[in-house]
Amino acid sequence: MPLFHTEDQAMLAESASGFMADEGNIAKQLRHWRDRDCKDGFGHALWKQMAEMGFTGMLLDEEDGGLGMGHVEAGIVLEEVGRNLTPSPFLTSSVLAATALKHGSADMKGRYLPGLIEGESVFAVAIDETAKHRPDRITTKAEKSGNGFKLTGSKSFVIQGASSDMIVVAARTSGADDEEDGITLFAVPKDAAGVEQNPVRLVDSSMASHITFDGVELDGDAVIGEVDGGREVLNAMLTAGRLGAAAEGVGVARGAMDMTIDYLKQRKQFGKLIGEFQGLQHRASHLYSEVEIARAVVIKAQQLADAGAESADLMTSVAKAKVAKAAGLAVREGVQMHGGIGMTDEYDIGLYMKRDRALGEFLGDAYFHANRVAEMSGY
Amino acid sequence: MSDIENFRTETRAWLEANCPPEMRQPVRDDGDVYWGGKNATFKNDAQKAWFEACVAKGYTVPAWPKAYGGAGLDAAQAKVLRQEMSRIGARSPLDSFGIWMLGPALLKFGTEGQKQKFLNEIARGEIRWCQGYSEPGSGSDLVSLQTHGEDKGDHWLVNGQKVWTSYADQADWIFCLVRTDKDNKYQGITFTLIDMSTEGCSTKPIKLISGASPFCETFLDNVKVPKSYGEDIPAQVGEINRGWDVAKYLLGHEREMISGMGGGERTAAIGASMKRLTAKTGDDLDPVLRAELAMFDVDALAFTAMGERFMDEMKAGKGHPAQPNMMKYTGTELNKRRHELMMSVGGSRALEWESEDTGGGKPSRNWLRTKANSIEGGTSEIMLNVISKRILDLPGA
Repeated sequence: MPLFHTEDQAMLAESASGFMADEGNIAKQLRHWRDRDCKDGFGHALWKQMAEMGFTGMLLDEEDGGLGMGHVEAGIVLEEVGRNLTPSPFLTSSVLAATALKHGSADMKGRYLPGLIEGESVFAVAIDETAKHRPDRITTKAEKSGNGFKLTGSKSFVIQGASSDMIVVAARTSGADDEEDGITLFAVPKDAAGVEQNPVRLVDSSMASHITFDGVELDGDAVIGEVDGGREVLNAMLTAGRLGAAAEGVGVARGAMDMTIDYLKQRKQFGKLIGEFQGLQHRASHLYSEVEIARAVVIKAQQLADAGAESADLMTSVAKAKVAKAAGLAVREGVQMHGGIGMTDEYDIGLYMKRDRALGEFLGDAYFHANRVAEMSGY
Repeated sequence: MSDIENFRTETRAWLEANCPPEMRQPVRDDGDVYWGGKNATFKNDAQKAWFEACVAKGYTVPAWPKAYGGAGLDAAQAKVLRQEMSRIGARSPLDSFGIWMLGPALLKFGTEGQKQKFLNEIARGEIRWCQGYSEPGSGSDLVSLQTHGEDKGDHWLVNGQKVWTSYADQADWIFCLVRTDKDNKYQGITFTLIDMSTEGCSTKPIKLISGASPFCETFLDNVKVPKSYGEDIPAQVGEINRGWDVAKYLLGHEREMISGMGGGERTAAIGASMKRLTAKTGDDLDPVLRAELAMFDVDALAFTAMGERFMDEMKAGKGHPAQPNMMKYTGTELNKRRHELMMSVGGSRALEWESEDTGGGKPSRNWLRTKANSIEGGTSEIMLNVISKRILDLPGA
């Protein structure tokens, strides 16, 4: 398959791009909610509109009411989300939680999927337990208790946790903390007794919770997939989420880069447009090159994952790491080349820098994924 | 069976019958590469047999028309031939700047007479060509070149000096940029074909930091270049004073060729093989070096995907026409970084300049060779200029 979008995908990209620019733009969403100190950090009306666009259930199977689309298509939407810095539950609900729920029972799908598809429900995922992404080590415990389980432990960096109707929690049902097996995924309703949320605002204005589970009683039907067999589903979630975050990162990078190159063509100093200075031209061209490479590896990894190829896992980490590097470069150069106004809140370039920082950390930063590439390559 | 599958079957059988086993071994030294030309000698009978079989079949230049010594293969057939040759590890029967550079220029700008004569000579490996572009005072600023051709009626009297002429000391002819109008910078250059056995033409090899001498200085002192080599065979390609167009086309072609070298050793990840190398010498990978290798591998694997996307987009007529400049810039910088890391992993062993262990100092000589990657065929800085101007549309670029 060639490494560019098919006709159908190009059409999706066109409609997603128009929609997000009109409805999801920075003034209408990110600044609007931030300036009102919104406790969700996103707009529910936009989430409904995204449902009407068919985005919310795009990764779900058709028999479950979804569109049966893949990582390339989800990435198309996420690139536009990234370009517009649009706060929305799409990545956590429609990509991460949806990937988990695909493995749920018919009963569980019936409980949660219609709300997701309609844009009524918001879901979160609770994986990290410390300040860094370390999914190989899961200490939150779920012990057998009657017909169900009792959940004890704590999770961090649960994006939109306090706004969610349900949280997918990765917990340990057997084995040692860093053992591969013995993980079980639970769908924990928001109002379950013993769930204590401590939501905090992050640098990019999004909301994330520290969550404590203090002996939370869960029915057996809260289990997603198999007891002790959650690692495989968790890995599928991580691949989908990392690919999604990488695609969003490409959007952040391109948004910041386009803004910056426009600025180089407008700002005058020493009687010249600053874009005439070779000192800036070469840096801009280097940035362009890095962002192009990041785009290429993202679509490569998406296609491999959609084809179920064995190398998809490796290329997903390559993509996440490469995007982190390229988008980081884009926002740093963006702020620097904007000069003084790049430091002002009024100008949008700083918002790109903040979003990139949070997005880069989500599901593993460049160091985490480069290390993973080395391990998977055998060194 | 489809036509293309039939072609694959035929090609496989032909290769089986004609490519000697010795010609399916990896190239070990310079003698394993056949460059053709008047003074060429074959290293052994197998090299000769393989070369002659390919000439007869048109496979030294498979995509050129049959009338010019090629096999007239279309793009799909040429790809099959490449695949089948690489499947058995077949060596290239003939390497030549005539094939890579002059040929494409003649196919685009040449007269019928020029094509008949020069393309057939190239395809049969009879004439070895070299390229005369750069001058001591004209590197990146190529268009400032001074080598002058004075109009003497039936001939040009050429005076000047060229530099970085690849293998000029072994070449028979040179395609050369000559200033034929001093008052017109861009439209005063003629793309001229010169027989290097003409009086006044001499060469001197340049020894590089790697110890090798693949390049020469070429001196042109009162060289009389006839304006015509026969009916419909002018000495210049394209029109007189319009050689810059031909040169620009070829530079684009060259960058595309360099940037198209995606895949293979140039872009592969290296961490795993570096780990094996340290195990062999009884060393451990320093953790910081390991981290650098990991970051390199991320960039290398991502660049491989970029190469694939670049080729896919080119084939589909998508993608920016100036994108080869980006590929050349990123690919060559990556390759330099690769060899820096390989030297660091190799430690003191990689410093050996002449030992048998290192195949005569391969690690250090190759490392030094890569420094030219981002200079030859347009420096990285020139590539960045082109991206600024043609892709980013920055003012005054």
